[in-house]
Amino acid sequence: MSVTDPLQVFRVESQELLEQIEQGLLDLENNPEDGETVAQVFRALHTLKGSGAMFGFEALASFTHHCETAFDRVRKGRATATPKLIGAVLAALDHMRALAERPDARSENGEALLAGLRQAMEDDGENTPTQPPSKTWRIKFTLPSDSFVNGTRPLALLDELRALGEAEVKAVADDVPELPALVPTECHLAWDVRLTTAHPRSAIEEVFIFVIDEMTLSIEEEGTAPPAAETAAETAEVHAAETPKDANQPAEKFETRHTMAGETVRVPASRLDELLDQVGELMIAQSRLKQVAGTTSDTGLRSVAEEIERLASELRDSMMFVRMVPISQLFGRFRRLIHDLARDTGKQIEFITEGETTELDKTVIERLADPLIHLIRNSADHGLETPEERRAAGKPETGRVTLSARQAGAEVVISVIDDGRGINRDRVRAKAEENGLIAPGAVLSDSEINQLIFQPGFSTASKITNLSGRGVGMDVVKRTIEGLRGAIEMTSKPGAGSCVNLRIPLTLAIIDGLLVRVGGGRYVIPLSCVEECVELSTEQDERSIGRTFLTLRDALVPFLRLRELFATGTAPDLYQKIVVVSTGSERVGLVVDQILGHHQTVIKPLSCFHAAVDTFSGATILGDGSVALILDVMHLVAVGQKQEERLRAAV
Amino acid sequence: MTGELTNGWDDAGHMQVLTFDMQGETFAIEAGLVREILDRIPETVVPGASAMVGSLVNFRGRVIPLADLHKAFGFEPAGVTADSRIIVIEIEMDGEATLVGLKADKVHEVTVLEKAAAETAPRVGMRWRQDFIRCLAKRSGDFIVVPELERIFATGRSTDTSAFTQH
Repeated sequence: MSVTDPLQVFRVESQELLEQIEQGLLDLENNPEDGETVAQVFRALHTLKGSGAMFGFEALASFTHHCETAFDRVRKGRATATPKLIGAVLAALDHMRALAERPDARSENGEALLAGLRQAMEDDGENTPTQPPSKTWRIKFTLPSDSFVNGTRPLALLDELRALGEAEVKAVADDVPELPALVPTECHLAWDVRLTTAHPRSAIEEVFIFVIDEMTLSIEEEGTAPPAAETAAETAEVHAAETPKDANQPAEKFETRHTMAGETVRVPASRLDELLDQVGELMIAQSRLKQVAGTTSDTGLRSVAEEIERLASELRDSMMFVRMVPISQLFGRFRRLIHDLARDTGKQIEFITEGETTELDKTVIERLADPLIHLIRNSADHGLETPEERRAAGKPETGRVTLSARQAGAEVVISVIDDGRGINRDRVRAKAEENGLIAPGAVLSDSEINQLIFQPGFSTASKITNLSGRGVGMDVVKRTIEGLRGAIEMTSKPGAGSCVNLRIPLTLAIIDGLLVRVGGGRYVIPLSCVEECVELSTEQDERSIGRTFLTLRDALVPFLRLRELFATGTAPDLYQKIVVVSTGSERVGLVVDQILGHHQTVIKPLSCFHAAVDTFSGATILGDGSVALILDVMHLVAVGQKQEERLRAAV
Repeated sequence: MTGELTNGWDDAGHMQVLTFDMQGETFAIEAGLVREILDRIPETVVPGASAMVGSLVNFRGRVIPLADLHKAFGFEPAGVTADSRIIVIEIEMDGEATLVGLKADKVHEVTVLEKAAAETAPRVGMRWRQDFIRCLAKRSGDFIVVPELERIFATGRSTDTSAFTQH
């Protein structure tokens, strides 16, 4: 097993902290009085500073320190979280991110940011409440004997205490053993500090935040306290906190702060992928076993095979479940995006997220980030109108962008909805005609016009921005979604807004498939796309020569003879079947020779040699060890649609 | 193998290769690329793929493309005889290590070629594409063809490049 790189650990941790800070700041923007959130942000900043210094990210630590100071004031009620302050710290976050990536990142930018931060703090200075009266605290603490080994530096702790106010430090050497018994790498000293400070008790506790679990700490207030009710409550707390004298028993008061650890395990994604591969292999071996067991009359073997089948599919399900992460991870990132977009465009944007607990495969979530950024940017930048325009149109000044996720069967539907001006179809049309995407004057339905913006030729930047506002990189979005075996659809009402739906399969790796035979080859059709199977009778077949449509309950469905498409060169079976597959609203029938049954399909990607063959989305290994190709239904439906269009054009 | 490899040759001008037959001609590929030699196993044809890399096989639970170099050298497609084998090699494609199977009519041995006895393919008088051949190595009165695999595979990929623009 590889040794974990501490730098890597720090990077991951710092990313999380930065995200936490960012979320907290954005929450504060809506609710500046929320003391809990302020404390959260402060703690995260403090931790970031601490671990940054520990791993040698000095620049990060000292930079973070300034933000921490600013938030410390807010936390102590000496300043409020004004939008200006929040803005300044948000801007600083990006710099911190850079510093966490590369400790030597240039810091010119940093100076400007700090100046902004100071400015924000000073502006706020006027409503600074009066300095609370100083109190004198008596702090006694003992560190565990192995604390040097763990990297705790008592001097740093003492320095931090000194920074809080006037401190008088005494070392207690009572426990230092005789010289022969002295282990120099152990900490034998205890400290007794008298600290006079205006900071509250929590500030003192904050100093020990990293070591609080292992140490004994008592904080007592000395005499001069004013007899307020608050103080009574505080002293009560002090007593509660100081009672556990035993070194192994941390003060209860701090436990809530540490409950987050221990509930989750961090595992590198690559290890999960490996595990998934192995589960995939197991599924293949299992289906082989099933086949072998099917040919014997040995009931013992059969029952074991059944048992293994059940276990394997359970294992597969839990494996899938392990890889699922809530989509909130992804949605969280966009709040910042909206914040920045609102600032840059001068629009008022309300951002609503729904269904954040919906879960998706981790790899899928990562690959969704870019397309969603595109879509949200489009919505906010081009879809929404300016406050004036909105007022003129009789709409509330604040525009709304909604990001929602919900599960529908084996798919997750993610929608980006805005209540902006919608697509201007006339201009889309004009542009498409200009680009030669459609013939001038062609009859197109509204949805067909909406689909035009996903055409590759339809994008390229500034022109589009003037045109209808949409289409910047939409073809890229579409390609990414299709790469995930998903689909994209768009609806729009002029003046009322647009909605883009992304339909994404729950997982990339294992699907339920329908195994069919075409000529001598076996193919898998993803079961989630299959609507029904019907027989293609001989007379129907003969009648349909020259036309490739099938009447299915009064609807015309185009069909494709896979035998011809794959050029198998074999004669058709006597009883051909049609598997009707669909993507959303479009259907196509696939003519196959035989339907072989249901197959748990572990998807193996095709190598670069076959990446260009778009009839297939992957391959899988069957029970007998041979390889079967997985049909790309999306592509086949498109082929069927083209066929239909050609036919319509001919009529 | 030791030393810096330049085009397969080590410092001392040797190249360790695996030799095999295609249509009566002897070919050689760098032994370091070879992962395994398999008996011919059932293959799955990929409709629409180029004839050079037209099928897939199951190699220890992985689906790998199966290339037929016969096509690159204008031979008839590889038949299946008792001597037919699949040589599984690992090469870099688009910066990723990729396993590819090669169809061989017969596999001979691992041997060492001398650079001194090798020459580049003549420009004229050859029925094969010159850029498909890295060199011809003379050995006991005959010669061994060392194919330029990267070049061959580059043409083996479908001419449709639309799928590659995504990356």
